[in-house]
Amino acid sequence: MENKNIKLMQGNEACVEGALTAGMRFFAGYPITPSTEIAEISSLRLPKVGGKFLQMEDEIAGIAATIGASLTGLKSMTATSGPGFSLKQENIGYASIAEIPCVIVNVQRGGPSTGLPTSPAQGDIMQAKWGTHGDHPVIALSPSSVRETFDLTIKAFNYAEKYRMPVMLLTDEVIGHMREKIEIPTADEIEIIDRVKPESGLDKYNPYEVNEGELVPKMASYGEGYRFHVTGLVHDETGFPSNDSNVAGNLLDRLMKKIDNNIEDISLYEEYRIDDAETIIIAYGSTARSAKSAVDMAREEGLKVGLFRPMTIWPFLDKQITDVAKKADNIIVAEMNLGQYVNEVERVGNKYANISKCCKANGELITPDEILAKIKEV
Amino acid sequence: MASALVENHFRSNKLPHIWCPGCGHGIIMRSIVEAIDELGYNKDDVCVVSGIGCSSRAPGYMDYNTLHTLHGRALAYATGVKMANPKLKVIVITGDGDCAAIGGNHLIHAARRNIDITTVVFNNNIYGMTGGQYSPTTPTGEKGTTAPFGNIDKNFDLCNLAKAAGATYVARATAYHANMITKLVKAGMENKGFSFVEAVSVCPTYYGRKNKKGDAVQMMRYLKDSSVNVKAAKKLPKEKLEGKFFIGEFHKVEEPEYTEQYQKIIDSFQKER
Ligand SMILES: Cc1ncc(C[n+]2csc(CCOP(=O)(O)OP(=O)(O)O)c2C)c(N)n1
Ligand code: SF4
Repeated sequence: MENKNIKLMQGNEACVEGALTAGMRFFAGYPITPSTEIAEISSLRLPKVGGKFLQMEDEIAGIAATIGASLTGLKSMTATSGPGFSLKQENIGYASIAEIPCVIVNVQRGGPSTGLPTSPAQGDIMQAKWGTHGDHPVIALSPSSVRETFDLTIKAFNYAEKYRMPVMLLTDEVIGHMREKIEIPTADEIEIIDRVKPESGLDKYNPYEVNEGELVPKMASYGEGYRFHVTGLVHDETGFPSNDSNVAGNLLDRLMKKIDNNIEDISLYEEYRIDDAETIIIAYGSTARSAKSAVDMAREEGLKVGLFRPMTIWPFLDKQITDVAKKADNIIVAEMNLGQYVNEVERVGNKYANISKCCKANGELITPDEILAKIKEV
Repeated sequence: MASALVENHFRSNKLPHIWCPGCGHGIIMRSIVEAIDELGYNKDDVCVVSGIGCSSRAPGYMDYNTLHTLHGRALAYATGVKMANPKLKVIVITGDGDCAAIGGNHLIHAARRNIDITTVVFNNNIYGMTGGQYSPTTPTGEKGTTAPFGNIDKNFDLCNLAKAAGATYVARATAYHANMITKLVKAGMENKGFSFVEAVSVCPTYYGRKNKKGDAVQMMRYLKDSSVNVKAAKKLPKEKLEGKFFIGEFHKVEEPEYTEQYQKIIDSFQKER
């Protein structure tokens, strides 16, 4: 038998493990339930690999320090939950426009406000997309298991580095605190992506210049000899501010195209028993676990039901969800909020299928029975 | 002399700057650059971080690694930069609103950690960039566009604040005392820890006009006439100090520096191996 690396692990622990595997060498944050273990474990692990951990004075400082550290070349992450995620929003916009790679983990809990600190929720789906002001590119991933938390944390770092932008990992209290046995993949099974750096010895480095046909500028680090300027103001390819409407338009256009032109690379999802399905459940995160059970229960009763599980929440999987809607008569979106992702599903799927929702935002998980009941109702 | 400094340390293609005629900020920026020049630092090792405000525009003109962040957050970004790469000489340029209102929490915690960052506050006693609203350092009774009947807030003494929070070097000079700013910033940069230099600036456009302080020259004259060096003050009788403010070095102590303390933790694991 092969020597497999099997570990019993909590979701939050798997997040740190994945981050370290991806190359995280900096973490700054502020404690908040149910994300705190990510900070605690980072504080324990990082110095052992020569990395740095900082407990800052609030969540704003946590992400600000994370962005600052990334500019020196370290792969950097911060983690939080509801109230802290709200505080980080302005800085998420900064990392977007200044194109600084970083990972923001949000272990979702019940809201609004202090809400239900120890209960799971999926209420920050729209905030992840629209929380910071202005149009900006967004990548948000949502895992449904401990192992997937490990995998998607690595993916989050990879996308952040590849596309030079903040990437969000949206887990929830259940996924964060759940313990599962996971097999840690070996190094050759894991793809790690690092930011592309400018060739050395350049006379002149324009930090936001891209070659013809490319969308992501090469990123130097502070202290390497390129004395470049970074700002949250609209800037041209030299990095300095500009009020020119063409410059502004082109910058925003390029930022959005980083996602739009690479949508396939960023689209992660799972299809489960959907081939002949008349009713397809769409669910993500911990809710997808209940949905999967509900599908099996329905199948046992002879009902043709399947599951489509987006792991990429943003960008929205327009193409896949359209296909799902074309295939099914009925779509049920199950999520732990009062209806957020479902609005997007309706936007693309309304023409093709009857769309309904199975929603709950009282701090309880949506059970397989509840989803099964909904399946029978539609 | 001046032109060599401009050539070597400024992004001359970005000049002229955006500041109003008579604004004190340019003088302070030049004094900081002079300090870096005199210290002989390699420009590639210098990182200047700022927030948002007229003052925070300074780094854009300075030929170092420069980071123009969000309103109030310069010290939080700078903390990340310094912690991630302690070899960098990190300077924060900030305004009174930037550092003491929206960024006040970051100021006291950066000072408390004694992280090796030199902060220079361009204190013009007003929010310049947004058009003259009162700030945490607008003296009680003075006017701003949001204090049309006189400011009823008590104003901060930024140096006392920084000292109380744990800064290991605290000093003040004014835009009139340009050479002194250079001297204090140099001492601050050489201090292994959190250094706080308040550089009293002038904003003739808003603070001056709102409060009938006269033109830029008159405002600069006020800085000269109303400031007393702390060392000299000890010998002066009380009545001579009325209505005056102190400049000079207020506080200097040696304490463990944050990134060095963290490095010890990292090193302890290296030894174990
Ligand atoms: C979060 C946020 N709030 C408010 C502002 C608007 N704003 C920009 S600069 C500024 C005040 C600047 O004053 P100060 O820091 O004293 O610098 P000065 O312009 O006087 O040099 C304000 C309120 C902003 N940019 N961001
Ligand atoms: S508004 Fe005041 S602080 Fe701003 S540039 Fe003009 S004089 Fe200087």
